[in-house]
Amino acid sequence: MTTSPSSWPRVRVDAATVAVRTGRVRKRSIKKDSKERLLRLALSMIDLTTLEGMDTPGKVRSLCSKARHPHPERPDLPSTAAVCVYPNMVPVARSALGSESPVKIAAVATSFPAGQSPLPLKLDEVRRTVELGADEIDMVIDRGAFLRGDHQAVYDEIAATKEACGPARLKVILETGELQTLDNVALASRIAIDAGGDFIKTSTGKIKPAATLDVTLVMLEAIREHYLRTGVMVGMKPAGGIRDAKLALHYLALVAETLGSDWLDPHWFRFGASSLANDLLRQILRREDGHYQSPRRFSVD
Amino acid sequence: MSPTEQERPRLKIAGALDLAPSPESCPVGVPEHIGHFIGGQKVPGREEDRYDNLDPSTGKVLNTVSTANESEVDRAVKAARAALQGPWGKMSGLERGKYLYRIARRMQERGRELAAAETRDNGKPIRETRDFDIPTAAHHFFYYAGWADKLDYALAGRKGRPVGVCGQVIPWNFPLLMASWKLAPALAAGNTCVLKPSETTPLTAALLADILLEVDLPPGVINFVNGFGQTGAAVLGHPDVDKVAFTGSTPVGRAIMRSIAGSGKSATMELGGKGAQIIYADAAIDQAVEGIINGIFFNQGHVCCAGSRLLVEESIAEEVLEKLKLRVQALRIGAPLDKNTDIGAINSKKQLDTVNRYLEIGASEAAEVWQGCANDPPAEGYWVKPTLLIGVSQTDRVVREEIFGPVLSVLTFRTPEEAVKKANDSEYGLACGVWSEKTSRLFETAHALNAGVVWANGYNLFDPSSPFGGVRHSGFGREGGVHGLHPYLRLEA
Repeated sequence: MTTSPSSWPRVRVDAATVAVRTGRVRKRSIKKDSKERLLRLALSMIDLTTLEGMDTPGKVRSLCSKARHPHPERPDLPSTAAVCVYPNMVPVARSALGSESPVKIAAVATSFPAGQSPLPLKLDEVRRTVELGADEIDMVIDRGAFLRGDHQAVYDEIAATKEACGPARLKVILETGELQTLDNVALASRIAIDAGGDFIKTSTGKIKPAATLDVTLVMLEAIREHYLRTGVMVGMKPAGGIRDAKLALHYLALVAETLGSDWLDPHWFRFGASSLANDLLRQILRREDGHYQSPRRFSVD
Repeated sequence: MSPTEQERPRLKIAGALDLAPSPESCPVGVPEHIGHFIGGQKVPGREEDRYDNLDPSTGKVLNTVSTANESEVDRAVKAARAALQGPWGKMSGLERGKYLYRIARRMQERGRELAAAETRDNGKPIRETRDFDIPTAAHHFFYYAGWADKLDYALAGRKGRPVGVCGQVIPWNFPLLMASWKLAPALAAGNTCVLKPSETTPLTAALLADILLEVDLPPGVINFVNGFGQTGAAVLGHPDVDKVAFTGSTPVGRAIMRSIAGSGKSATMELGGKGAQIIYADAAIDQAVEGIINGIFFNQGHVCCAGSRLLVEESIAEEVLEKLKLRVQALRIGAPLDKNTDIGAINSKKQLDTVNRYLEIGASEAAEVWQGCANDPPAEGYWVKPTLLIGVSQTDRVVREEIFGPVLSVLTFRTPEEAVKKANDSEYGLACGVWSEKTSRLFETAHALNAGVVWANGYNLFDPSSPFGGVRHSGFGREGGVHGLHPYLRLEA
């Protein structure tokens, strides 16, 4: 475990100017070949997600199939980066994808989504989930501890979870909709990165607002600061609320202009989304067919 | 352990976002020739002294333009006088306001066309004309339309009358917007105008003349005469012009003031600047960097209030410069009509030569000259990459003189007192910016700065309801807001 700074300096973020910056990115006009390329890249960056109490093995198998071949008629299209499921569904996903699958299995753990359980239970959940075959663990931070100012507790929990992950990559969900201010987001990002998170992630998808460009920019800037200081890359995953292709492309533009081309890679950038995949498919096929397909042309999972 | 320079982590920003061309497709009817607009008539102007108007992004001829001589200017002034003594002078404020509203509405309706035209003529990015120049120009007419029937409330219990015929000369950096700043308050207050656009950017005024015809503005209320400095001097020096308004360089402003001395004309001058942006260590640094970008690289730095001097607290200077360089590497330079262009063309060969001359001076004065961009500029046309002159001092010419280009002079300070002293150590006093998350520091600094405008945690933010103007060699008089009406009203005794 790395040693931690005893306290983290306050991070100052000017929300009005963050909105100015993301407003400029939203004006980027992404057309023709560049659109085609980024649509495919976005598809390959999706963590195709189902996190419902009523998930069934059949639904997860179907999700895995969609992840490998997002549109079976078009085998040339990339598979998504990962599927994201609850721990109980990891064995189902593993048997559906096989052991050599290029599609990773991500599982939410640490008492997702609220994180309101004792730490030993959370760590045990993480270890068992990795044993069940998860490649990546999506944890939630203790927002209660963060908001009452106990940043050390947040750090310690992330560091312990990282240790429990073993070989699995750790994504740290800040749940920015509960942190609310961009100052909090900036600080929580730095704590998560310092504690060893391989990825920082905006949201569980259970709280609104979920991912926004503004929140994502602040998190990307934390990643940038860490990289420039240490040379260590950290991944970014906006999750929740990204449903249409145009918005996804603007996320990629923001990443390109903030972190550069090295992060335009599914290893370092992910979208936590489910319905986004079909809109990307519609846009990709439209460019080739010259018209939009009916949404019913694509499977829901 | 700090990494050595060689193994320092690098971000690959430039070129990371590879975008296909995305040109604005709105057709613009660029007239082959631009004459004048006098007494409600578009006139071709004399055959002699015509000149070529160039597209700065290619250096090729866009169209030809006439030059008004003294007798043409005289006709324009007479038309303005006649309108003042005729229908316009007799019209109620309410009715005048309706015309202003109609102009504003028509500018909005033709906004896309006006934006494309402005971009072709001026070289500035379509992103700026579409999102800033044209909407803000229309907004000025909307704002002053509302004042036209409420002038009694603009003068705190006193009554005012129109000043008379206004001679107005505007620059090339925001052609339609500067025309609107001048025309809208003048008309709201009941004056009539003769306006001379800049010789390099006559196009949107010509389109505005079409709009004035469309809304049936009475003939002579607004007149446009084209030409160079001589035409401008004829407008401002005309004996029947009651008020002069000028936006442009300080030397020209001085010459105008000398020429009208003793003539009884009233004047407002909006002149040059050398705005300081003060970044304190307790600023939101990533956003301050965005503010620096908006301050100096907006409109290629062709902004009188540009934040062309960066004053950064020494303890964060390295971090700010590193982040600033990264941000600049995401700026795209090139075809102004491309919707993704951030940095357009320098407006003219003359201005390009001026900026290049200062870059040469900067090369000898600065410790480091850094230039960056997402891509290389096109081979043809007039371009300057965003430039940082790092390690300059108060005595350097690139710190004291207005460059009017995408060139930022970078200085450091250690204490708030030093920051204010350096910011105020300028003959200009138009605008400054201050970045700090500590409110008391923002206010203390803002009050200590000698500038007409101080922005706190922002830069180049404009609103028609907010007065704008300078002190010292940046001029006098205010445009915008209720203050912008006062120069166009004469107090009744």
